[in-house]
Amino acid sequence: MNIDSIKEGLVIDHITAGNAMRIYNLLGFDKLECSIAIIKNVNSKKMGKKDIIKIDSNIDINLEALGYIDPGITVDVIRDSKLVEKRHVDLPETLHGVLRCKNPRCITSVEQELSQEFMLTDRENRVYRCVYCEAKAN
Amino acid sequence: MRSLINILDLSVEEIDRMLDVADDIIANREKYSEVCHGKKLATLFFEPSTRTRLSFEAAMYELGGNVLGFSAAASSSASKGESVADTTRMACCYADIIAMRHPKEGAPLVASKVTSVPVINAGDGGHNHPTQTLTDLLTIRRKKGRLNNFTIGFCGDLKFGRTVHSLITALARYEGIKIVLISPDELKLPSYIKKDVIKNNGIEYVQTTDLEAVLPELDVLYMTRVQQERFFSEEEYIRLRDSYILTRKKLDKAKEDLIILHPLPRVNEISTDVDDDPRACYFEQALCGKFVRMALIMELLGIHLD
Ligand SMILES: [Zn+2]
Repeated sequence: MNIDSIKEGLVIDHITAGNAMRIYNLLGFDKLECSIAIIKNVNSKKMGKKDIIKIDSNIDINLEALGYIDPGITVDVIRDSKLVEKRHVDLPETLHGVLRCKNPRCITSVEQELSQEFMLTDRENRVYRCVYCEAKAN
Repeated sequence: MRSLINILDLSVEEIDRMLDVADDIIANREKYSEVCHGKKLATLFFEPSTRTRLSFEAAMYELGGNVLGFSAAASSSASKGESVADTTRMACCYADIIAMRHPKEGAPLVASKVTSVPVINAGDGGHNHPTQTLTDLLTIRRKKGRLNNFTIGFCGDLKFGRTVHSLITALARYEGIKIVLISPDELKLPSYIKKDVIKNNGIEYVQTTDLEAVLPELDVLYMTRVQQERFFSEEEYIRLRDSYILTRKKLDKAKEDLIILHPLPRVNEISTDVDDDPRACYFEQALCGKFVRMALIMELLGIHLD
């Protein structure tokens, strides 16, 4: 894989330096079959240092999860070696299947097949609460 | 389809309208005796709560409707491992509206997402109990004639008391409410409610451990049970318990038009010599519960009389 020239795929850019492995793990990139490059501590004019992840396939990516980990990230969509779309992620209003509720009194603790959903209740302090029991995510 | 899971699912205008209907039901019982003819309410009570279930069932019968359901998980398919979602899908084949009580927080929300009929949260663990809050609001409005511009004291277990949290949340949307929080340090209102609800809405509040000292200021006193199991030691419990018991004698200093509320059941936090004081409104409050549930069932079924 030539990490500079992707024909079809995604470039996850402007990752806060040090966050690349967290994203790799939380989004389950270890399960992907395609080539993936993790580039750490790249010099950036804007950020000083940043991480970049390049994925050699147009996979469906969980933008909510990305926004939750690192709201400044951009995702470049590459088709035919051309940049066709630049997606900006933001702190998402809702999170689906990203976090698990740890409240033992929550219905999701006994019914494991329920989807895990959280909502942003305090943007300033980045507080997410479980939609079922309103317990704070931590 | 509309459901009622959290008291904030209802706007202030919707609550006011529902309380108007409840008032009209109380004044004109006959007018409402057949409005739910042919309709069925399913009471899905995964944990027993006789008081709440009877209130819902009486409400539906008084509207001319019918009731079916179960009253503890042991007698339902949930004991065979069926999920809340599947039990609800089954129930909505037979019923037009569901009232659900469940020991786990969020179960009624799960139910509301899978059914085509309205779901009423009749209590989900220590989380929400919106029909108790509607009951409290109706009682206050009937007794005081308004839901704004009064001082309300909450006394007892403010840490775990979900009825307290929910009523504070509901009242935060009205003007001129002043809140007095009366509890031992161990049972203070959780800080997130103080911040998210009271401070964020700019509500005036006072926190104290002394019931007698603040009693003369109050227009409404909301008493709650102080449960022994919440305390570290028995001595601690006995020491604190008595300071949060309301007696006839303590009431000497209270306003003439104070109203005393309690979600019931009480243990000993209101001594029985208070019961025949005209300021004691907790038995009437229980009756209000039935009427406000009647109004709620009508609202969610889209039944409106002129
Ligand atoms: Zn939860």
